[in-house]
Amino acid sequence: MLTLRDVTVRYGDTAAVDHVSLDLGSGQVLAVLGPSGCGKSTLLRAVAGLEPLSAGSISWDGVDLAGTPTHRRGFALMFQEGQLFAHLTVARNVAYALRLRRTPSARLRARVRELLELVGLAGYDDRLPGTLSGGERQRVALARALAVEPRLILLDEPLSALDANLRERLAGDLRDILHAAGTTALLVTHDHEEAFALADRLAVMRAGRVVQSGGIDQVWREPVDEQTALFLGYARVLRDDAARLVLEAAGLPPAPAVAVRRSALVVDGAGPIRARVESARVTPEQVRLVVDAGGLGRLDAVASLGSRVSPGDEVAVRVDVTRVAVLPIVPAP
Amino acid sequence: MRRIAGLLLLAAGPVLVLGVLFVLPVSGMVGEGFLTDGRFTPGAVLEVLARPRVHRVAWFTLWTSAVATLLAVVLGLPAAYALHRLALPGRAAVRAALLVPFVLPTVVVGVAFRQLLGEGGPLGGLGLDGTPAAIVCGLVFFNVAVVVRTVGVAWESLDPRPGQAAAALGASPSQVLRTVTLPALRPAIVGAASIVFLFCATAFGIVLTLGGVRHATIETEIYLLTTTVFDLRAASALSVLQIVAVVALLALAARLRAVPDPTAQRAVAPARAVRRGDTAVVLATLVVLGAMLLPIVTLVLGSLSVGEGWGLANYRALTTVGDDQALVVPVTAALLTSLRTAVDATWMALLVGVTVSLIVTRRSHSVAERRVRSTLDGFFMLPLGVSAVTLGFGFLITLDRPPLDLRDSPLLVPMAQALVALPLVVRTLTPVLGGIDDRQRQAAASLGASPWRTLLTVDLPVVWKPVLAASGFAFAASLGEFGATSFLARDDTPTLPVVIFRLLGHPGEMNYGMALAASVVLAGTTALVVLAVERLRVPGVGAF
Amino acid sequence: MNHASVRAALATASAALLLTSCSLTGGSEPSGTASDAGGAGSSGTTSGGTVVLATHESFHLPKKLIKDFEEQSGYTLEVRAAGDAGTLATKLSLTADNPTADASYGIDNTFASRPLGEGAFAEVTPSATPPEQYALDEGADRLVPIDSASVCVNVDTDWFDAEGLTPPRTLDDLTDPAYADLLVTPGASTSSTGMAFFLATVAAYGDDWQGYWTDLVGNGAKVVDGWEDAYYGDFTAGSKTGTRPIVVSYDSSPAFTVKGGRTTTAALLDTCFRQVEYAGVLAGADNPEGAAALVDWMLSDEVQSALPESMYVYPVMPGASVPDDWAQFAPQPTDPYEVSPAEITANREQWLTEWTDVVSR
Repeated sequence: MLTLRDVTVRYGDTAAVDHVSLDLGSGQVLAVLGPSGCGKSTLLRAVAGLEPLSAGSISWDGVDLAGTPTHRRGFALMFQEGQLFAHLTVARNVAYALRLRRTPSARLRARVRELLELVGLAGYDDRLPGTLSGGERQRVALARALAVEPRLILLDEPLSALDANLRERLAGDLRDILHAAGTTALLVTHDHEEAFALADRLAVMRAGRVVQSGGIDQVWREPVDEQTALFLGYARVLRDDAARLVLEAAGLPPAPAVAVRRSALVVDGAGPIRARVESARVTPEQVRLVVDAGGLGRLDAVASLGSRVSPGDEVAVRVDVTRVAVLPIVPAP
Repeated sequence: MRRIAGLLLLAAGPVLVLGVLFVLPVSGMVGEGFLTDGRFTPGAVLEVLARPRVHRVAWFTLWTSAVATLLAVVLGLPAAYALHRLALPGRAAVRAALLVPFVLPTVVVGVAFRQLLGEGGPLGGLGLDGTPAAIVCGLVFFNVAVVVRTVGVAWESLDPRPGQAAAALGASPSQVLRTVTLPALRPAIVGAASIVFLFCATAFGIVLTLGGVRHATIETEIYLLTTTVFDLRAASALSVLQIVAVVALLALAARLRAVPDPTAQRAVAPARAVRRGDTAVVLATLVVLGAMLLPIVTLVLGSLSVGEGWGLANYRALTTVGDDQALVVPVTAALLTSLRTAVDATWMALLVGVTVSLIVTRRSHSVAERRVRSTLDGFFMLPLGVSAVTLGFGFLITLDRPPLDLRDSPLLVPMAQALVALPLVVRTLTPVLGGIDDRQRQAAASLGASPWRTLLTVDLPVVWKPVLAASGFAFAASLGEFGATSFLARDDTPTLPVVIFRLLGHPGEMNYGMALAASVVLAGTTALVVLAVERLRVPGVGAF
Repeated sequence: MNHASVRAALATASAALLLTSCSLTGGSEPSGTASDAGGAGSSGTTSGGTVVLATHESFHLPKKLIKDFEEQSGYTLEVRAAGDAGTLATKLSLTADNPTADASYGIDNTFASRPLGEGAFAEVTPSATPPEQYALDEGADRLVPIDSASVCVNVDTDWFDAEGLTPPRTLDDLTDPAYADLLVTPGASTSSTGMAFFLATVAAYGDDWQGYWTDLVGNGAKVVDGWEDAYYGDFTAGSKTGTRPIVVSYDSSPAFTVKGGRTTTAALLDTCFRQVEYAGVLAGADNPEGAAALVDWMLSDEVQSALPESMYVYPVMPGASVPDDWAQFAPQPTDPYEVSPAEITANREQWLTEWTDVVSR
């Protein structure tokens, strides 16, 4: 189990990571979610032992890792760009850590084959990294990181370099692989989709600090503030009258602010809110609308694919209660 | 085919320069030995190569150079790391100071070494004086800087992340070094080693001074055969042997240098604070520096020694022409001549060197093209491996008629020095230029950048710092160049090394003291100039 | 403009300044004559034109003398000094059909045969005649003696006094066990001084020189590269860390160790070999008249009297003056050893090969 207590990393006067405390139980996958430059990669590097701490401690199963150099931590780090060794073939890249441990060659070959199959690159053994696409490289990096079954795997935006299709597939694979192996993983990303696809637990980081952490559902439902809500994929935050109207329609008690997702308003003949359609765009899943709902102003809404809605139509809209989040505090406007 | 033609066209300038200044003179001088009474007699030359003495000399040259190269690399690597990667206090000054041995006249260093190792010296007990070990020590002393500089520059711009990835996969620091860092540095290390080897194999003064008369190398033998015995046939034979060996070595080096994918991720990483784990490296560096300092300290002490006491009299005398007017010009004037010549030699070496580096590092589109490039690459290394005596006399007998009557041109000295500095420039720049991802250039081109603009925006920012390092290198090399310079320098404008040599050639305590003081001034000036050059920044390329 | 950019601009500016001030033109004054360094140069404007002198790197004469020559003769003197005597001899031999100069000075009796044999020199009749004893047997019509210097074994007399030991006197003495490990000499193969000493032993012992050298090396003689190494590296009177009080040097050397009115070293005058340096007009010279005038000038009283202080050699002309220290402390040998230039040229390679075998055994 990984424990971070008041971890601080300073570069000169600025604290890239500022008193961060986190816990990660065995077998769990924790995603640290934050915008670029929030310090999440530095945090990851600190856990890996690549950045010296200015204050605080990082420990594993209660043992402080301060004196343990990177290569003795038993963690595997997968960099954002893969960082494959350009002078080694794919097979040798994957086998790198196995060779360090003097794995017998028969076992080593079998393991490399198994891993390459796992990441969908069977037969790529003798290719050089320079000849691979970004996605292929990333998958080799993953196979390389998994080769020696690390006690903790550190993932730096593992999927962000991939195309959408592959990303979805690999996200599923990765999750399965991590869960099947019971691997504990710490993932940093700026992409909430990636976080949701892989993690059990979520920590939201901003300007070097963790502003919220918890189970993924809990964070998802109860963002601590407006910025967090927006970062988690909520489309906008409504206040005052608009908030009251939406909450009332959702059957929730009144609150000063509420965050709504793009699909929070659903066209439904029985809905309590009347709105006029301003524009409509068909997507493979549903029809995305922009509606003007009286007191609420212009909002996103969705309609099922079958519904024939066109700009200018008056429609009835209901609120999907699972797609709104009540914000506990209201930052000054 | 069109690409190759274009390549050759671009290379034509440098090739022509080297053709006139190197190939022509050397072949002229070698040809002299192949002619007996005007007839071509190669058999006689081959017969020379069968002499047992030639075998002995060749073997001695080979093994001392190989051992010295190995030692220089082993000792230079920790220093390259410490001085280019760690935020050690005063590292810029130390880096500049490391070039000092380069400019010290070999005679002066030889005497300093002998004062250390000789019968009455502090290290006399080791019994090294006059042994091959002393020669190897001297060669290492002169050449460690080559390794530190060429490898250090490449190391500096090496992306640290693959190494971190390896560490995160469980590789210990030594395993990271062995499996990630050294392979990435291989082009630079092999390049440095081949330069060092060529310098060692053609070393002249230091071998004579430290080895005494007992140990001859191919280079000293060519000198002896040409100037003392006038056996041009034997000298030719040895020159041919030298050239063949150098070509073989360069071919081998090219093979060793070739990596599957030279593209290295470049990130000019800021120097890292020193940590506990660096103790060994820093200690090793200090030991190397300390060992290099010993002869220099001996030299400085000697320059401050006046009569039975100490003083600055030797330095004050530098503005005079010496005891009994040993000199034509004061040392200060000679220093100015040296600096001017070195500036000329430096820009010549840079002009040709940068062009050559660009040519040889562009990605080849066919096997033929790659061959052309690697042949060119080796071609420009040749001057390092061929005897200065052969080249010097070759100048006299081949460049003696219009339009190439360069024998008495005052430009001949900087040209000869540039020839020696050229390989240093090329070897410093090619590993860095070769590491630039060609896609960056393609990206620039696709955004509408002309080739010139691409050069300016993609290549220059990456290569700017190495170019400065190479300039310092070339500058020091030409300042210290003695072989060709003493052969060509004109009497009224001697360079400082020539003047120092002359001071040493006359008895008189003051002249000897002045020679040492002048050496110290030469060394100090070099270090300062190199330091200043490396601090130059061009606005807009200021990512450093 | 912030601090850093000011500094950058300064650095760039100073670099530009440095570069321009040291550009091609700055580094290469067109005339390159010896006279214009004084600022009063008149290169190329005098009636006689330029006369070019090829010489070795030890060549040196006071500027004032050169200026006087140029003013009196109307020639501009251009000196090309490079390399040692051997290099000069090779250079003249190789360019015998197309010389780079008009006159040459610095070929000595150990190297004279080769350029003479290649036809590098033209006949010359100097206005003054140096004493017969310096003339070459062959080629006296082409090479004119200018100066001489004898290579002699030198001893540190202070050292011997302090040790209570009598210094050696002859070549034979040097193989005496009493003087074991005390001699240092430059090598014959690497130094002209060493070669001269070797020739002295050849003259003294004839074909048995190998036996002598075997004994010498057996008695602990140290052979080093050059005269500088021997004198400044090993000689007790030349180096603070030197351990050897006997060195192969010159007859004039004791004049340079004068302290408090006496010299601390002495040259052994029975161990000397005399080197004579010659001047001559090069065959095919562009300016043979100027070259002849230059040779005459080298024999003039002014130049002859300047030779000791400028080049540490004795003048050949009897009337020339020598410094007091020289007259007092550095007498010349009266009957030095001699080997003819032709014999040297004929045997040099074989001698050196055999000599190297003996000393590196």
